[in-house]
Amino acid sequence: MDDMKHTLVALVQDHPGVLNRMVSLFRRRGFNIDSIAVGHSEIPDMSRVTIVVNGSGAIVEQVRKQLDKIIDVVKVADITDDNITARELALIKVKATSAIRREIIEIVDIFRAHIVDVGQDSVTIQITGDEDKIESLLNLVRGFGIMEISRTGRIAMPRGNVGSTPLAEKTPEKAKRLKAG
Amino acid sequence: MKMSGGQILCEGLVREGVDVIFGFPGGAVLPLYDVLPEFPLRHILVRHEQGAAHAADGYARATGRVGVCLATSGPGATNLVTGIANAYLDSVPMVAITGQVARPFIGKDAFQEIDITGITLPITKHNYLVLETSSIPSVVREAFHIAGTGRPGPVLIDIPRDVFAEQIDFHYPETVEVDLPGYKPTVRGHPAQIKKAARAIAESEKPLILAGRGVLISGAHRELRQLAETAQVPVVTTLLGIGSFPETHVLSYGMVGMHGMAYANKAVSSTDLLIAIGMRFDDRVTGKINAFAPHARIIHIDLDPAEIGKNVRVDVPIVGDIAPVLKELNKLITTANHAEWIEQLEDFRRKHPMVDASDGEGLLPQYVVDKIYEVTGGEAIIATGVGQNQMWAAQHYWYNKPNSFISSGGLGTMGFGLPAAMGAKVGCPDSTVWCIDGDGSLQMTIQELATLVQDKIAVKIAVLNNGYLGMVRQWQELFYNKRYVATPLYCPDFVKIAEGYCIAGLRVTRREDVVPALEKAMAHDGPFLIDFMVEPEENVFPMVPPGASLAEVMEAPRKSRKGLIDTSSLPVSNI
Repeated sequence: MDDMKHTLVALVQDHPGVLNRMVSLFRRRGFNIDSIAVGHSEIPDMSRVTIVVNGSGAIVEQVRKQLDKIIDVVKVADITDDNITARELALIKVKATSAIRREIIEIVDIFRAHIVDVGQDSVTIQITGDEDKIESLLNLVRGFGIMEISRTGRIAMPRGNVGSTPLAEKTPEKAKRLKAG
Repeated sequence: MKMSGGQILCEGLVREGVDVIFGFPGGAVLPLYDVLPEFPLRHILVRHEQGAAHAADGYARATGRVGVCLATSGPGATNLVTGIANAYLDSVPMVAITGQVARPFIGKDAFQEIDITGITLPITKHNYLVLETSSIPSVVREAFHIAGTGRPGPVLIDIPRDVFAEQIDFHYPETVEVDLPGYKPTVRGHPAQIKKAARAIAESEKPLILAGRGVLISGAHRELRQLAETAQVPVVTTLLGIGSFPETHVLSYGMVGMHGMAYANKAVSSTDLLIAIGMRFDDRVTGKINAFAPHARIIHIDLDPAEIGKNVRVDVPIVGDIAPVLKELNKLITTANHAEWIEQLEDFRRKHPMVDASDGEGLLPQYVVDKIYEVTGGEAIIATGVGQNQMWAAQHYWYNKPNSFISSGGLGTMGFGLPAAMGAKVGCPDSTVWCIDGDGSLQMTIQELATLVQDKIAVKIAVLNNGYLGMVRQWQELFYNKRYVATPLYCPDFVKIAEGYCIAGLRVTRREDVVPALEKAMAHDGPFLIDFMVEPEENVFPMVPPGASLAEVMEAPRKSRKGLIDTSSLPVSNI
């Protein structure tokens, strides 16, 4: 009903199996994840995980609390309502004979994407942006014939002078909101 | 100083205050067993690793300390799994140590290799695979810290054979720091929330406390009693909350849930303020969830934030350790009088009394439990199997002391009773420990009778023998048209089985022999088994049928004691 996409950011210890613990939790409790992206953080031996979950506020809050119980998860926050920068990277391989390459390059330019590889009958486009932007580009090039898509899933962080997510307890926006209501 | 990994582990266990380990040896743990006698650690050799895990569990529930079990790699480790899962679902502090194949063999499908950290991932609070011998002290410190604090639970430590055997230059550090940035259980409740709760209690006309195992874990039974007595709030408990409040107390209204007292369930359905303390709204407790406590605002006090709002909506959540939260709450509680509400509950109790154990002529299981209560003066620790025996033990014994009722709640593990009683007796050697078990449950772990003898553990066993898998049969009788598929149970002669293990035993078939047999068992020095041949088709009542609300209690038919019960005449009182 009030299902929507939530962005959770977790800071986790780089211990063997930490991702397994998180993913296993989603599976056994029946939570659906849209995407999960992991990489090193600015803190040594810690990784930052961005998870996109589709669900109602109550479900996502339960996801957050359950994740927080994993010992190797240092902190996890739902930053959906914060003022955040969210990006995803996609590589899209499109069928492109030399005759229509020009047309594809025009679209790529409009999206400020890049051609990162050219083959005999294909081009590979690299695009970064939010999911909507990537979807729009995909819709435009679909007609040429998509050979392969690889996407990273969303990564996100709050805008402005906020410290390390989710260690910095509240972003100014969230603090304001909490104060207001 | 040269120390082996095994010695470092034992040293760590001793420093954690461990005095007993329930275990079973095997190839991967041999280097550990080899050094075990060098340390003041009592090892109790079980006959099956499941028994080790349940014994550690029973030990932990009876003493409040972390129970320790030990098994070898592969099948030893997998045999622990049921016991670990059982401890996980009932929040029991436990450290399980398993051997693993030597490091170079890991991942090669070596003999007796199994990925036990992978297998136990969803049933442990945390687990470790130790790859550095020098990391054992910090792993042991963290494991006991995690298992025993916050919401307790099992922690598994998997140690490869060559780590146990490896000799390293080592001085055991005086203090081992816990470095767990991701683990900080909330202890104190939020003062504003506690204030809100106090206000809600003051405003309520029909308050009711629903106490769970969290009260026992936190050792908060005194604070609970103070709250109940000061504010004059009646108390009901969950199955695992039994013992958190004296059942003979004037404010006690027994157990709620599927086989709870009708008056306890009616109290939940009538209260205007449910104060849920250290419990998690299990489906066996709530019945049909959207008809649960329909008139009540709910205060939920629990240590685990993830339990708040998981199953029911909560009006006043308080996250924190129960004892400190109740201490703070008690400061704000004023004396109150709920005479009218209590009179209403008394009226429920008069109109919906429990099954009378002295009813009829046959040997009723309820009568046996009733007499165990009398003969032990209510002072015993009771461990149970799972099924009808468990429910009768919960319903017909009066538990006045914390940690005196030891039972498998969340997982409902048949076979839990005997090894758990064993662990409880080892932890509390001065207490009388009775295992009230069913003939089905007992046969799942009956091999532990040998452990009782070898390690001189004087557990008394009462088998409520009805020749059926009784609870399943009851469901078949009530909901499957009496088609008793796979529930009639051939049983060995339990007295002869006991005798085979050199355990004294008696068979009781008549009501008048119950007390003399129990007295004989109590007077006997050592383990004792009594095989009570009870009414085969006696049912557990009251019963909230699966999927029904707590208000729809099936009560015992008053007259028909013998033979089949005519289910069409079962009164379903809509209260």
